[in-house]
Amino acid sequence: MITIKDYAIPTNLEEAYETLQNRRNNVILGGCSFLRMGSKNINTAIDLSKLNLDFISETDNTVEIGAMATFRSLETSPILQNNFNGILSKCVKDIVGIQFRNNVTLGATVYSKYGFSDLITALLCLDVKVCLHKGGIIPLDTFLENKYEKDILTKIIISKDSSKCYFASMRNSHSDYAILNVALSNRDGQWKISVGARPMKAQIANNASSYLSENELNDYTIEYACELSSQELVFGSNLRASKKFRQEICKVLINRGIREVMTWK
Amino acid sequence: MEIKVTINNEDKILNIEYDEFLSEVLRKYGYLSVKKGCDTGSCGLCTIWIDAKPILSCSTLAIKANGKNITTIEGVQKEATEFAEFLVNEGAEQCGFCSPGFIMTVLAMKRELKNPTKDDIIHYLTGNLCRCTGYVGQLRAILKYMEVV
Amino acid sequence: MDFVSKSVKKIDGMDIATGKPLYTDDLCHNPLVIKILRSPHAFGKIINIDTKKAKTLPGVECIFTHEDVPKERFTLAGQSYPEPSPYDRLILDEYVRYVGDEVAIVAAVDEKTALRAMKLIKVDYEVFEPVIDFEEAHTHGSTIHPEDDLKVNFPIGTDTDNNIAASYEVYTGNVEEELEKSEVIIEKSYYTQAQAHGMMETYRAYSYMDHNNRLTIVSSTQIPFHVRRIVAKALQIPQSKIRVIKPRIGGGFGGKQTASVEIFPALVTLKTGKAAKIVYDRKETFSCSTARHPMKMTVKIGADTDGTINVIDIKALSDTGAYGEHAWTVFSVAGNKVLPLYNKAKALRYGGNVLYTNKMPSGALRGYGVTQGIFSLESAINELASQLNMDPTILREKNLIREGDSHPLLCGSTDNNPVTLTSCTLHECIRRGKELIKWDEKYPAQVISDSKVRGVGMAITMQGSGIANIDTASALIKLNDNGFYTLLLGSTDMGTGCDTILCQMAAEVLSTDMDKIIVHSADTDISPYDTGSYASSTTYVTGNAVIKAATDLKEQILKVGAEYLYESVENVSFDGIYVKTNSGKEISLDEISQNLALGPQGETLMGKGTFGGDTSPPPFIAGFCEVEVDKETGKIDLIDYVAVVDCGTVINPNLARIQVEGGIVQGIGMAMYENVAHAKNGQMITNTFMQYKIPCRKDIGNITVDFQSSYEPTGPFGAKSIGEVVINTPPPAIAHAVYNAVGVNVRSLPITPEKVLMGILENK
Repeated sequence: MITIKDYAIPTNLEEAYETLQNRRNNVILGGCSFLRMGSKNINTAIDLSKLNLDFISETDNTVEIGAMATFRSLETSPILQNNFNGILSKCVKDIVGIQFRNNVTLGATVYSKYGFSDLITALLCLDVKVCLHKGGIIPLDTFLENKYEKDILTKIIISKDSSKCYFASMRNSHSDYAILNVALSNRDGQWKISVGARPMKAQIANNASSYLSENELNDYTIEYACELSSQELVFGSNLRASKKFRQEICKVLINRGIREVMTWK
Repeated sequence: MEIKVTINNEDKILNIEYDEFLSEVLRKYGYLSVKKGCDTGSCGLCTIWIDAKPILSCSTLAIKANGKNITTIEGVQKEATEFAEFLVNEGAEQCGFCSPGFIMTVLAMKRELKNPTKDDIIHYLTGNLCRCTGYVGQLRAILKYMEVV
Repeated sequence: MDFVSKSVKKIDGMDIATGKPLYTDDLCHNPLVIKILRSPHAFGKIINIDTKKAKTLPGVECIFTHEDVPKERFTLAGQSYPEPSPYDRLILDEYVRYVGDEVAIVAAVDEKTALRAMKLIKVDYEVFEPVIDFEEAHTHGSTIHPEDDLKVNFPIGTDTDNNIAASYEVYTGNVEEELEKSEVIIEKSYYTQAQAHGMMETYRAYSYMDHNNRLTIVSSTQIPFHVRRIVAKALQIPQSKIRVIKPRIGGGFGGKQTASVEIFPALVTLKTGKAAKIVYDRKETFSCSTARHPMKMTVKIGADTDGTINVIDIKALSDTGAYGEHAWTVFSVAGNKVLPLYNKAKALRYGGNVLYTNKMPSGALRGYGVTQGIFSLESAINELASQLNMDPTILREKNLIREGDSHPLLCGSTDNNPVTLTSCTLHECIRRGKELIKWDEKYPAQVISDSKVRGVGMAITMQGSGIANIDTASALIKLNDNGFYTLLLGSTDMGTGCDTILCQMAAEVLSTDMDKIIVHSADTDISPYDTGSYASSTTYVTGNAVIKAATDLKEQILKVGAEYLYESVENVSFDGIYVKTNSGKEISLDEISQNLALGPQGETLMGKGTFGGDTSPPPFIAGFCEVEVDKETGKIDLIDYVAVVDCGTVINPNLARIQVEGGIVQGIGMAMYENVAHAKNGQMITNTFMQYKIPCRKDIGNITVDFQSSYEPTGPFGAKSIGEVVINTPPPAIAHAVYNAVGVNVRSLPITPEKVLMGILENK
């Protein structure tokens, strides 16, 4: 059972930030999908819905997504369907159901750094910056590695470039959490492979990515890159699968991704 | 605290606590079609609309509905009955406990999707679990309904 | 026939579909809310429990611990009295035997207060080493039931010193001799997991004292009469002081054949005089009720190279968890309702033990042991076919039971008097299933691409229709004062539509429209006795009772009509509207019923019927499937499932079809996704729909259902059961298809991508 003592709907970010810092157990509300499962005693719950953070917009060079944009809006957004080979729409579409995705928000997912997150895996293979109210604009991978600091994630900024992007997920039941997620991008020969739900939070396979980028692609080099990624990343076991199985299918999903991307002109 | 909402086209003032979820508040105020199946946002039983969008009322704090338009199946009985006829004709209502949430999603789909394929329909409804019917009878009912209505 | 074999709409369909408030929790007003404080330990003894502080919290009505409840042991299993389940539990015990076992009952004005109060209760435990693995239970050293007042009503082999809840053995012929003579022997062990019912409406009940100071319990239950008896025994009050009412039920699947929650509000209401309710949340429903008994079966088959099966010998172990609900019966059914399929074998044997462990109790779940037995036996038969290099459909055709055969393991058989199978189209079901799945084209497999292969697989099953010589149902049908009827039933429609099909049967006999019949079920004060809707009994057992009752009433109508027309009863007929003579005189039912409600000639016409079978005619299914397996990831996509069903006469084709489709999907869940899992300390880790995955609508592929009707002479209009048999074939059929696709035999459920891929890698 959760308890909430007070509720704030700030009209500007500074006010939201100040309220957040006021007490240890003041928290920002996201989509609230996981809220009822916990047993948090919240002093002030801070609702960002008056801050117009539910946008998805684009400029010539970037796509920006507000923290309060829901997964359903990511799924149906023409901007996201038409950029990054649609992987940001695609990667969320198997998450539970429509009504769930109408609740879940981008900001809460990224801020929480969930290990099972399909979205973080996909974002990680793109050039993404996270905008924090106090922490400023930092690259997503840095944000994921940093320690938690109480801040407000307001939006993410994704660079548009010539990347070809690919996302694949291994699930048993279609609406289950992923056993493993793989996203990869190829920007003018520069590869970036990210793997999530290992079951730890998504990470870039650096060695494999640079090996692929530096070598000519053939059966041998592709397989070697897959092997590298399954060696360099840490995998674990949970209810859904063992470490060994994840390691095996990681190679397969990356291999398929590379070959798929190679066929795109 | 008090929130002002419109429920099924009626303006209402609801007395709520900050930590109450919408599904519980709606039941408290007599909207008993709203069922709870899971506590984890996984089953779709509590699906209602806020501003015409299907959402999980079990995972929505009641206060978040302040100033919004709420629709439960009690508010769309005509349409619901129209679709339910198809469902019942297939025998695909079975225990009926998931029906209100399921039908609210079907009616939302009908508004949102133009000429959906079978796969589109299945995709739209994935968040609505049903343990009785095995889903295929529901699909038969939807396909017939979409053809006629 | 006007109503039988017609796809009539369910009589309650529109109301339940459109969200009318008809379920248990929709009907109660401002009751006390009950929460249960539960054990965090898998095994322990309560040394001290302090509720003082919690009791002073404003809004707390009462708190009960093991010190406050009767010391008479009972079982929660919904079975006919005397139950063949051990009386091994108290309402609250000083021992806690699984994580989630009840420690204290808290009632308060609202949920929040009850939850707060729970946190204020201090409990000290002496913690014992829990028994988690049922294969080690009998040698473990911990004794789960050390109490000396555990009782059994029958000698079911209970041996609590060795954690054995029950044991069972049955055989025909000389097993050793036949094994010796057989040219081919296969022997494999199979595991079936615990499965959760996953009904959408969780367990719930509320209670109040009525105007006659009697305890009324409204419960989402399959077994109102058993609940009355169980609550009376647990609370040590007379059954006559209790009334149990069943409103609409949001799914049961056997879960609500165990009285998991009713005692708690009953106790609170009895002690406080106030209305009280309990609604289990999903976690409690997953982890504090019951699930399917996990089993291990070692199947040994002796056959000749021509495919003659000589002998089947199954050694089984079952895990009943902390308490023995349905322990012995599920276990015996897992052999008895499986082995008769292969009645040509000269020897059959089945037996073993049911073990107590420190996990949530097991219980009744659709299929009731047959599901477990069929996975093991049918998988072994498929492995035998592969070893013999024989088409598995042909192997089966050669060895299967046929209509007219008798067999000593068929339900209802007595010594030297084996039951005869009076209806069976199983061979036709297999033939038709092969056609529908295109078996001859597709068996065993087709390569789709470098990484994908499609395989086909099959399995057959039987079940029963009620329990011979045990299940009983009565029906009453009365003529009301304006030519319409009330059909009173004690069966419990849990969404299946049995109220509707029983109404169809009554309307058929009385030649009347279904809307002239009010169906009332179930209320123990009003309904005639019925064991309840379980054991695939309602269509068959209650259906027969309804026919008897309606026939009885029709005869009374004829008699009264004949009197009014001054004719002898032989010379009149009833067409549903008029009683007529051959010479053209007639009197309408309206007039008859109005006369009967007037003055001194008044009379109530009430037809009654009771039925209990001395056999349990099995329905049959041949299940076929096609799967696509990704050889590199092990991922299985179910493409097609075909089920061809012999349930005798199909009373309502639409409702029967949905039963089949729903059962198949539940079986698919068990085959591929569902798994009750525990941490090492016995804590269940799959207690939400996030972690316990029932199939969603993207998981199931195409499902084709076909009926090959037989005519069961003892059945109502020739019908047999349908409710349970439908769940049994998917696990073995899907395992078989996976084997045919990639050569991996997965012998423990569920069949996950991981098990498949690891098998593929091992084979390399």
